[in-house]
Amino acid sequence: MSISKFLILLILFTLLNAKVSFGELIRVFAASDLQYALREIAQVYMKKYPEDRIELIFGSSGKGYAKIKQGAPYHIFFSADMDYVQRLYREGLIVTEPKPYAVGRIVVWTRKESPLDPSKFPEVLLQPNVKKIALANWEHAPYGKAGKEALEAYGVFEKVRSKIVLGENISQTASFVFSGSADIGIIALSLALAPKLQKRGKFWLIPEDKHSPLIQGYGITAEGSKLKNVRRFYDFISSKEARDIFIKYGFLLPGEKSADKKR
Amino acid sequence: MIERLPTEPLILTLKLALWTTILLFVIGIPLSYYIAYTRNKFTLVLEALVALPLVLPPTVLGFYLLLLLSKEGPLGALWYSLFDKQLVFTFEGIVLASIIYSLPMMIHPLSAGFRSVPKNIIEASWTLGKSKLETLFRVILPNMKASILTGLVLSFAHTIGEFGVVLMVGGNIEGETRVVSIAIYDAVEAIDYGTAHIYAGILFLLSFITLAVLFAINRRWGH
Repeated sequence: MSISKFLILLILFTLLNAKVSFGELIRVFAASDLQYALREIAQVYMKKYPEDRIELIFGSSGKGYAKIKQGAPYHIFFSADMDYVQRLYREGLIVTEPKPYAVGRIVVWTRKESPLDPSKFPEVLLQPNVKKIALANWEHAPYGKAGKEALEAYGVFEKVRSKIVLGENISQTASFVFSGSADIGIIALSLALAPKLQKRGKFWLIPEDKHSPLIQGYGITAEGSKLKNVRRFYDFISSKEARDIFIKYGFLLPGEKSADKKR
Repeated sequence: MIERLPTEPLILTLKLALWTTILLFVIGIPLSYYIAYTRNKFTLVLEALVALPLVLPPTVLGFYLLLLLSKEGPLGALWYSLFDKQLVFTFEGIVLASIIYSLPMMIHPLSAGFRSVPKNIIEASWTLGKSKLETLFRVILPNMKASILTGLVLSFAHTIGEFGVVLMVGGNIEGETRVVSIAIYDAVEAIDYGTAHIYAGILFLLSFITLAVLFAINRRWGH
């Protein structure tokens, strides 16, 4: 056998057996409004406890619920509402009593250079130069549901319905507007406050009373209860360090004060 | 915030494509042999079944596979009782999904290859007392090298390009089912265009090179 053939075989063999796994791994499925906040929290946590590795998987809460029911090996589930966590708790797939970690808010977001003024909501949506409005799919994304409720509360839902493009989750919805594919959109405040989006966009906070409250809950899955360090991350979520990051991204728990008083 | 680009999705994608290609080859040889040399109603059904992944949306495959592979599903339950491990949301699960997804990429070139080998040299081998198996390995396969390589390369490339099925039965788990195509989807959603560009560029180049090699092979060995 020539050397090159041997080398090719060696590479093939190595690849076939490549093991890409880690030590103590905590697999977290999180609603995609947590895309930036939870990433930051996980980084702080991993710096503090280097023996743990947090793996984050983002998607709509409804998708997380479905995947966990189908047997996905996620250890902690962060939903954007309490409902999905409660359902999993009743079904025995979540073992800790559903606990709120944040209250979510929605904003009207557009790019900085856009001629549209988000604070003119809801009239701004009716302008003829608004061709596409991004909203998360309300069937399985709680932020989409809240956005739809707000549009209904202002009485414009039916008027703008044909302009709506549905994102699979709130993060994809944000990327629709961020990339300019949609002119304007309703996204999570936590995403609008992420440095990347803040730099490129302008937004207006939709008043809380225009939609049912987005009380977000989380819990440890049956799968996660088998690992001992999962509990440590679960508890870390209510620590001061984590709360500060949540607050930075606009996630206030009832009774908590905003970091920025101007808002 | 500068993050290190994770290489796991790349390694995982190559690993998945390699396993799929090797297993497909092992399944493909007898299956294509049967399809190429047998003519009855059953082979017609078989041929149509093999070609199905070409026309079906990945969501249809993904949906059926999810039911089949889940812990309550027939295959998933069997796997669970044998290995005490579930099949859905695991690497083994997406290998199986990829085999089904890339099946036509292996079977079509191989069965075309089998048909292209002149009947008289096969019969000559039989008359000279060689068994069917010996004829297969020493006469037929060496005469269809281009088809074999086409099958291998296409299966490999097609698996690298897989997305929908893995998205549905994979569960996006790092080092287990998060292949490059999924990592790109994630990066775009997270508005992390830098990462998406790197992954997409690598896939673009890799696929281009693979196809260029394929065409070069066909030019050299094709008829």
